[in-house]
Amino acid sequence: MINHNKKNFLLDVFKKASLCRHFENEVYKRVSNKEINFPVYLSAGQEYGPATIAEIVKQKKIKPLIFGQHRGHSIFLSFGGNIIKLIKELKGKKDGCTYGMGGSLSIHSTQINMYGHDGFMGSNACIGTGACFSSNKPTIIFIGDAALEEDYVLASLSWVSKKKLPILFVVEDNNYAVLTKKDERRDWNAKELAKAFKIEAYDTKDEPGKILKSVNKNLFKKPMLINIHTNRIFWHTGAGKDQENVFDRLLQQKKNLGASAELIDIKIKKKIEQLWAKN
Amino acid sequence: MGKELRETIKEITYKHLKKNNSQVFGQNLTGVGWVAGTLPKLYEKDGVIELPMADVAGGGIVTGSALMGKKPIYIIRYQGYNWLNCTFIVNYACKSNEIWKIPCPMIIRGIASEGSIGPVAGSAHISVIYKMPGLKIFSPMTSREYSAVYNKFMKSKDVFYISEHRQSYSNRNEFKNEIKGKKDLILMPISVTRFEAEKAKKILEKKGFKVGIIHLVNLKPFTLEKKWIAAIKKSRAGVLMTDNDYNDGILRTLAHQIIEKTNKNVSVLGLEDKTAGHHKKVDNLPPDDLKIVKKAISIIKKF
Repeated sequence: MINHNKKNFLLDVFKKASLCRHFENEVYKRVSNKEINFPVYLSAGQEYGPATIAEIVKQKKIKPLIFGQHRGHSIFLSFGGNIIKLIKELKGKKDGCTYGMGGSLSIHSTQINMYGHDGFMGSNACIGTGACFSSNKPTIIFIGDAALEEDYVLASLSWVSKKKLPILFVVEDNNYAVLTKKDERRDWNAKELAKAFKIEAYDTKDEPGKILKSVNKNLFKKPMLINIHTNRIFWHTGAGKDQENVFDRLLQQKKNLGASAELIDIKIKKKIEQLWAKN
Repeated sequence: MGKELRETIKEITYKHLKKNNSQVFGQNLTGVGWVAGTLPKLYEKDGVIELPMADVAGGGIVTGSALMGKKPIYIIRYQGYNWLNCTFIVNYACKSNEIWKIPCPMIIRGIASEGSIGPVAGSAHISVIYKMPGLKIFSPMTSREYSAVYNKFMKSKDVFYISEHRQSYSNRNEFKNEIKGKKDLILMPISVTRFEAEKAKKILEKKGFKVGIIHLVNLKPFTLEKKWIAAIKKSRAGVLMTDNDYNDGILRTLAHQIIEKTNKNVSVLGLEDKTAGHHKKVDNLPPDDLKIVKKAISIIKKF
């Protein structure tokens, strides 16, 4: 069990989240100036989900299979994907993490067991389920609140429960399907849904302590779903903002953690800027 | 006479499960009939996995298994279900090696059938997936052909779609191509129409026509052997292709390739351009021997 009160845990999560944020800020600049000119799905504002989960599995010394989908840069980076290869991928280079084929949406990394995504929202739920079933390896499937509505995702949840697979579903719930809000699309929530399938389920803010508390005990011992409320800072795709003054978990955590986080953040920002300039 | 095709499929499947620690996925596998007797009587502990009745998710689950190197077999009980079951297979498994350099090999057994089973369950439906890259498609109707396809799969990293037909399961015979000499017309049948084409050939020959036949098993990639090209070029009226799918699909795609290579007339005879109903009077069946004969004569008369 991990003690979530430890400041070190929070700082380690912060490091990952900060890395993701500064990476996305650099991508944002390059999408804005059209240096990158294919659809890019920025994960800024949503870093705390993958960063926290990645730190938890790291501390538990588990190397799970990872199935993400679009808006997956933070998943890739949090779990230790090669940042230079991701930069090169976004620049369309053959030595990118997906050989210049993946763009932003289909990135993968064999080094961290992260499998690529085809573009069908939520297809990773079915594919990850099959991979877990046939390998019996701990598996994490990241989907959004919209992908959860796909019929085949629901079917996967049902089968995962029936087969009692060691899967953690992480729903990164930013409330939007492109720009359509959840309450315009459905009258149920992820936790209720999962519980209907007899899956252990949680609904929480993207605070690392709360995420840890939810998943810590039974992670990979049984099927589990955690719906993490988060805030997308940038557009669904591309460089722009839907609204100003969106709550920013990273800034809040930085403030809470104080000077040490401030210093870490400055160093990471500089490092990321250098890496982008160099590659 | 050899063993029934169903026995061959069953033996291959048993060996595949036991020797390769693989898995067979599908719906209603262990129920009555064991997939028309083509599946050994095994259960989940042996690798025979009953999927939920969720056709789209099922294809994704099998893709995940293939991604783990299990070389699974996926049984689609009616080819019309390709529309749902193949979504993630053709968009993920078939592309995986090209995009991520991770092979995702699997066998899909798509089972076609005919007669009073309506607009979805009837006939072949491989045209809907034919265009996708990374997919190999075969339509074996005999034991020897089926074994050859399986052996090829075991040396491959690709997704293999085996287009089966229920009517072929009791078949004990092998087919032979016949293209010696100058022919009036060469038949190139696919799937279940191969049985009818053989009968049609005999009828036409009794009527005095010289008819050749080339049985098509390897549908994608589709290659024409040199001796086939020579025979087609030499023929009087070119080729008549037959299939149990609509004309505006794989038939015309393959016909175009034959025309490009031979510059000869290639006609097609598949399903009529209409929806099949359930009653015999409103069904849409593949061409039988007499229909093939009629079409063949009408083509020959033009040349």
